[in-house]
Amino acid sequence: MNIVFITIVVITIIGIFAAVVLYFVAKRFHVYEDPKIGEIESCLPGANCGGCGRSGCHDFAVACANAKTLDDLACPVGGQETMSKISEIVGLSAKALSPQVAIIRCNGTCENRPHTSNYEGVGSCAIEGALYEGETDCIYGCLGGGDCVATCPYDAMSMNEETGLPIVDYSKCVGCGKCVQACPRHIPELVKRHEVMVYVACGNRDKGPLATKVCSVSCIGCGKCVRVCQHGAVKVTDFLARIDRDVCTACGECIVACPRHSILCKQKIED
Amino acid sequence: MSKTFKIGGIHPNDSKLTAGKEIIWLEQPQKVQMMLYQQIGAPSICIVKVGDKLKKGQLIAEDGSFVSACQHAPISGTVTKIEKIRNTQGWYGEAVTIEADPDRGDDFMEASNPRTQDQVDALSIKEIIDIVDSHGVVGLGGATFPTRVKLLPPEGSKPEVVIINGVECEPYLTCDDALMRRYPNEIVKGVELLMKVVNVRKGVIAIEDNKPEAIKVMRKAVEGRDDIKVVSLKKKYPQGGEKQLIAAVLGKEVKSGALPVSTGAVVNNVATVYTIFEAVYNDRPLIERVVTVTGPSLTNPGNFLVTLGTPIRTLIEAAGGLPEDTGKVIAGGPMMGKAVVNIDAPTTKGLSGILVLPESESHRKKELPCIRCANCVNVCPMGLEPYLISLLAKKHNWEDCEKGYVMNCIECGSCSYICSSHRPLLDYIKLGKQTVAGIIRERNNQK
Amino acid sequence: MSNKLTISVAPHIHTTNSVEKCMWNVVIAMLPVLGISIYVFGMSALWVTLISVASCILTEWLIEKYLFHRNCTIGNGSAIITGMLLAFNLPNILPWWMIVIGAVVAIGVGKMSFGGLGCNIWNPALVGRVFLLLSFPAAMTTWDAGVASGVDATTGASIDASSGATLLATLKSHSHQMDTSQIDWLSVWIGDMNGSLGEVGSIAILIGLAYLLITRVITWHIPVSVIASAAIFSWMLGCNPLLEVLSGGLLLGAVFMATDYVTSPMTKKGQLIYGAMIGIITILIRCYGSYPEGVSFAILLMNGFTPLINKYIKPRRFGERRGK
Repeated sequence: MNIVFITIVVITIIGIFAAVVLYFVAKRFHVYEDPKIGEIESCLPGANCGGCGRSGCHDFAVACANAKTLDDLACPVGGQETMSKISEIVGLSAKALSPQVAIIRCNGTCENRPHTSNYEGVGSCAIEGALYEGETDCIYGCLGGGDCVATCPYDAMSMNEETGLPIVDYSKCVGCGKCVQACPRHIPELVKRHEVMVYVACGNRDKGPLATKVCSVSCIGCGKCVRVCQHGAVKVTDFLARIDRDVCTACGECIVACPRHSILCKQKIED
Repeated sequence: MSKTFKIGGIHPNDSKLTAGKEIIWLEQPQKVQMMLYQQIGAPSICIVKVGDKLKKGQLIAEDGSFVSACQHAPISGTVTKIEKIRNTQGWYGEAVTIEADPDRGDDFMEASNPRTQDQVDALSIKEIIDIVDSHGVVGLGGATFPTRVKLLPPEGSKPEVVIINGVECEPYLTCDDALMRRYPNEIVKGVELLMKVVNVRKGVIAIEDNKPEAIKVMRKAVEGRDDIKVVSLKKKYPQGGEKQLIAAVLGKEVKSGALPVSTGAVVNNVATVYTIFEAVYNDRPLIERVVTVTGPSLTNPGNFLVTLGTPIRTLIEAAGGLPEDTGKVIAGGPMMGKAVVNIDAPTTKGLSGILVLPESESHRKKELPCIRCANCVNVCPMGLEPYLISLLAKKHNWEDCEKGYVMNCIECGSCSYICSSHRPLLDYIKLGKQTVAGIIRERNNQK
Repeated sequence: MSNKLTISVAPHIHTTNSVEKCMWNVVIAMLPVLGISIYVFGMSALWVTLISVASCILTEWLIEKYLFHRNCTIGNGSAIITGMLLAFNLPNILPWWMIVIGAVVAIGVGKMSFGGLGCNIWNPALVGRVFLLLSFPAAMTTWDAGVASGVDATTGASIDASSGATLLATLKSHSHQMDTSQIDWLSVWIGDMNGSLGEVGSIAILIGLAYLLITRVITWHIPVSVIASAAIFSWMLGCNPLLEVLSGGLLLGAVFMATDYVTSPMTKKGQLIYGAMIGIITILIRCYGSYPEGVSFAILLMNGFTPLINKYIKPRRFGERRGK
């Protein structure tokens, strides 16, 4: 009985002492954080993808809480919904956002673009691209090392073994833009998410003869697409056609007209 | 006892198939292509246009900035094209195509005037530097750093000794060896010029002890002199690296981030020195160089005196033609040379060798997990930890890469060479170095 | 030229050295030790070694095939080394099922649970050995003359050794203050005494060390620092340094186990510290601990410190002054 009593007393004393110590330590080292930051962070996706240009979701939340205006701040992943929640929390109005997705501007499959050399070493576009032109003769095309696939925080990209090109899964892609940064040739591009997206699947800025030599589906800048487009959405600069997606209606005229089959269309697949 | 550098180093198989072979003059081709960008720094600025008639040795491009070099017509003829062509790595670069013109003959441009010893002695330092500049001399060891820049040490530095790099530590290559055996007296005269320009009293010609013939010939050429001496160094790769060479010869180590001249040494390659001699004494610009064309399955490997702008394919043909089993063609030596993707690219100033490897020797072995045998740490001549840096670079941890002194890496390849697990250490380290360099540049710009 | 050119990052030549070569060289270096243990303990030593090696290989193969679903890596010889080392740390009369358990723990827990070759923190063979020592203390410290405590020697050990106690146990009972005139030095060198398989033949271990040094599989730093620090430290404590070095598993540990690439530090300086600490801890355990032998524990402890040593002991950078 005596032992039980002493034990209870000792443990209680230790407990009280520890509580006092903890209380003072907590007071002494208390860090004030704007409660808004926590609130904002809870609305964010939490993938720390860096698509907003900050080093992570927490960093973005801090920036939002301290911001005078939300004009420069946007979470491309959460999109409109998240930003309106944040604007409610901080009491500022957010810019209208349109969801984006990445498209791959290269269709140089093994068949379309023959391999002229054999790269051996680490499967990394950054290393291969710094070493030489790549396994094919096209210095603008996809290197096939899969840096974009490796960097995608949303598991939205995969490598097609048959074509050697990456594929974007539109049901998963949130348009954070990591792949655009990771690609040494900037082949992925962020575009507005539409039901149907028409885009030029080529980045070759060489003149026609050179472009023809390296790939059978390269854009040679012939300008046929410019002529058939009734909306004036296509422009050719540096021997490469570009489609203005604000104007494009996805009518598909240019796809039919392109003699090199370098304009493709992607349909958003709903699952 | 021969000297060498202290930290790290490897002993790859020498494979000097062309050792002892004399320099063979390769007949100049009917058509040459001069790349406008064949030195470190800025590209040269073309001053000729299509249709211009040129004399051999005539200026075709001026230096683009302080760190740049002039280019000259390697043959007499007509400019037929100025267009983008592919270099050895497949990248496009502006190049001047000159086609030989039978009417123009093959003599040097009219302005060419060889100087006598007295005339050379009368030249001032500035005049010599101007000659080096106007004759397009760049470092021929492989880095192609414009020599003029090296001859003008930065303010406050005090050069004490000129070191001539005749080390040639890369396996297979013998072009510097052949040059030293053939032109010892000319090289010594070039060293004298260098010493005069950087205003020092001491010259050291450093040669690795696997070239006894060259050491003998060079020793004879400097016999009786006390200002220039020939030092025999113990064979060890990468002794030809500037920092390692200074450490081997002077026993001083260049501090991290400092210029090599801070140790009082100005290092130049023997081929560069010979070119300086040619430029000053014979008024010949840099339009040809010695290239070792070698490989285990080539029938006639050798050291060729090649006109710049000659396609690499022609060089290989001179050495017996491209063997059927070719798997890899390397521009430079096997340790630091770059694998060539386009063998129709022209010879440039920095091309010290062409190495043709058969298919059986062209492939990497299967990569295994790192067993932390510490060989890479032991052989790193810069005292780095390649296993760690490459892992950090693989994980994109650039901050720790920088803290691990990735920028000190000289990319000698010793770590990848020695790795018993055949890991691509240098691949990742290069990636790390490249990315960290970009980060540092950005940081400096922000300041 | 028919095929496409291969492009890769320099260097384009490679040393002929490889993981397999290193591993097989270690196996060769261990053969004299195996030989002397067969000479001392008879065929039972060979059986113990074979059972241990076979179960190590089998464990690794099963795990790679059915758990990791990846290509088999037993060809690189590392499982054989683990098996041999484990056997060298066992008494020759250990029942076969204990050896198998030791091998499964060594490979399964000590190596494969971390991801296989190159990923383990602790020396697998020692993990297995210590597991057995803690689980079956009686069997693990029962030598030929004392077949007891319900342990039966399945291998039919030839009982010709003179006593049931090892040299170290005898030392321990004398508090490490033994009259050296009682010791038959010749049998200490050639291993004609009791102990684990591998720890008896000092001369064979030194032959192995010489072979490893000549083939450049290891450098002198770890073995020399372990042996030197153990000798100096035991001398400071008033023991006989030569006896301490030659008895027990110190030599075996210094040459074959502390030098394990994966679990030892990367830099020369780090290796010297690591080796010196192993020597000191071993002698501390021997003199003041409750176990007669401390090499296994010392090596495992320092294995745990290896990442820390790697983090703080850096090689001398080029251009950095000495002593700065």
